Amino acid sequence: MTAIASTPAWRRGSRRLLLPLVVMGIVAAYYFVLWAAIALADPQRASAAGSVALQQTVNALSIGSIYALIALGYTMVYGIIELINFAHGDIFMVGAFISLFFLVSVMGQSGPVYDVPVLILLILGTLAFTMPLIALLNMSIERIFYRPLRHASRLAPLITAIGVSFILQNVALVIAGSGDRGTPQIFPLGWRVDLLNASVPVLSFVILLIALTLMGVLQLFVGRTRLGRAMRSTAQDQQASRLMGVDVNQTIALTFLLGGALAGAAGVAWGLNFGYVRQDLGFNAGLKAFTSAVLGGIGNITGAVIGGFFIGFVENFSSSLGLARWAELLVFAVLTLVLVFRPTGILGQQLGDRA
Amino acid sequence: MTAWIRSIVPPERLASIQAFSGRHRSTTVIVVMFIVSVVLFFWSDYPPFSLFQPHNAWIGGFVNAGVLILLAMGLNVVIGMAGLLDLGYAAFFAIGAYFYAFGASPFTGLHLPFLLLLFLGAICAALFGIVLGAPTLRLRGDYLAIVTLGFGEIVPILFLNLDRYTQGTNGITGVDRPNILGVQFPGIDQTLYFVLMAVVVTITMILLYRVQSSRLGRAWMAIREDELAAAANGINTVTTKLLAFAIGATTAGFAGVLNASKLTIVDPSQFLFTVSFTVATVIVLGGMGNIWGVAVAAFLIYMIQSVVLKQLTGFFDVVPIPILTDINFVQFQFLLFGIALVLMMLFRPEGLFPERRRARELHEGTDADGGDGANVDEDVLVEART
Repeated sequence: MTAIASTPAWRRGSRRLLLPLVVMGIVAAYYFVLWAAIALADPQRASAAGSVALQQTVNALSIGSIYALIALGYTMVYGIIELINFAHGDIFMVGAFISLFFLVSVMGQSGPVYDVPVLILLILGTLAFTMPLIALLNMSIERIFYRPLRHASRLAPLITAIGVSFILQNVALVIAGSGDRGTPQIFPLGWRVDLLNASVPVLSFVILLIALTLMGVLQLFVGRTRLGRAMRSTAQDQQASRLMGVDVNQTIALTFLLGGALAGAAGVAWGLNFGYVRQDLGFNAGLKAFTSAVLGGIGNITGAVIGGFFIGFVENFSSSLGLARWAELLVFAVLTLVLVFRPTGILGQQLGDRA
Repeated sequence: MTAWIRSIVPPERLASIQAFSGRHRSTTVIVVMFIVSVVLFFWSDYPPFSLFQPHNAWIGGFVNAGVLILLAMGLNVVIGMAGLLDLGYAAFFAIGAYFYAFGASPFTGLHLPFLLLLFLGAICAALFGIVLGAPTLRLRGDYLAIVTLGFGEIVPILFLNLDRYTQGTNGITGVDRPNILGVQFPGIDQTLYFVLMAVVVTITMILLYRVQSSRLGRAWMAIREDELAAAANGINTVTTKLLAFAIGATTAGFAGVLNASKLTIVDPSQFLFTVSFTVATVIVLGGMGNIWGVAVAAFLIYMIQSVVLKQLTGFFDVVPIPILTDINFVQFQFLLFGIALVLMMLFRPEGLFPERRRARELHEGTDADGGDGANVDEDVLVEART
């Protein structure tokens, strides 16, 4: 019924290498398209277009990986209980605030850290602090607000999720105020590598690495462990899973736990990359991540990742061409068009009549 | 609440009132709206009303509350009656407001008559309702919510970014005040706005009640309860849903024109997601599907939003209670709305003033019916043990 339940990509033998190849192909294609677009849009910059395009491609990949991490939470929750968890974007926002809190108040950081081992420990420490907290938060929200409504009418949990989203957002507003709060950018922005004549920040690769590692772990967890199998079977048929001895409630809680952990990691990555947090961050980031999930076929883990990168590209494309203020509109247009014309997403044929 | 009414009004009198209001609903609406308007209008001169703010500020507030009531009654058609969760309702409000601003402001140099623009604005909003509705009809509940949410975001962004036509963030200023058949509305005194708003709300309410009990209204409810069954019974689900969107948008168009003509400025920040969210909260609180319920809830919410929270902040600015003095209570309004939504859904999904049919529907799932896995399982297990 859902893609969580279908055979994961790594197990399909000869198709094992297909996905990375496709992804690399898309990245390369984006690079060349962006190159051409920048050169055409501003002929005077044509000579530098190649290096700008490469910088922007790497940038898009790191932003896309943040969206992908959030999108995974949307897609897993939808896959298992068919709820659009409106509050998920705000969970991410809380994650960004928690990482800010950890770096400033617990670790006393205020600027770049140039000592590599310390830096690595700091980043890992922030992840280790933020992810479990956000995971627990997400799980408690499910336990308190969504579980009692599991058998209520369809709109009830959705409206509750909107309510939870507003609660999180406004608690953050009351605690942190309405403006941007600066997160210490512990990763030195001056660290860049030269790649094909373009100087690319190392930070983007670090974020990409964190995201890809987590996605890999998730894929292995869902595909290979007993609990992952329980998740897939619950997504397919709750009642049958219950009869087979799966603890459905625990499995759903686990799904929220995993989604929350990934959103927490996305919050940490956001802080590292952008150096600020704001209480209404979750609304837009959440919508973009949701768009990613829909684009990849909601319920489909691989799809969410690809969708996240795609939205990263869409957003980056418009801002690279100096059209940043149209970026959101473009993303919403993509969302609407996909939902209207291909509600199953790029990869998710399995949903069929669902939408 | 009904118990409270029963305790003061003799049952046979109550029955005759109910019978009358059932038979002559339009008359009842007119009478009730008239009494409420007159009471509100004159009472705002006397305590306890007059202690908080002057008469004119109250009347202005009631006019704003009227805008929210119109919005709530319109969205009630879409969410409450037809069961389509529309989270981008502010878009139609924006379209109505900008339509009026284009038709009657120094910005375009046009100064068309108010009543004409009131209807054209509503028709324009209705057309956009159909434009949005048409492609989204195939979508199921929660996907529809997202697409409408996206639409609700796109419209203000468009008005913001197309600054050559809308003056972007500055908005269109100096919009004409209404001039109805030679009567020019003054700038400061809000009385005429109040009368106009009371009339518009009354007419809208009567029309919506009539639509609700018409063939169309019953078709909406059928679709809300079971779309497949409705279609099987010969209801054209496409036109029925489109009409829900169109009629909902019409009301928002009225609200937009009235709001623009009262504020005399239209800018994109008036139509953010928070507006759609507030209206949706009103409907959930008031009881989805219940016209007078959402109208009352809209009035109460507006009063809480603009009077109670503001007064609390002002009160604790004067009264030296250390922690409370620093708190800006207005900041809490969306937090309160969020909490209210969650609590309502958990404990009273049918709203404060439930519509009977909707209440039954919302509680259906919690009974052990066929589709309910957990309860059925447990029942079976209990039987097996005994």
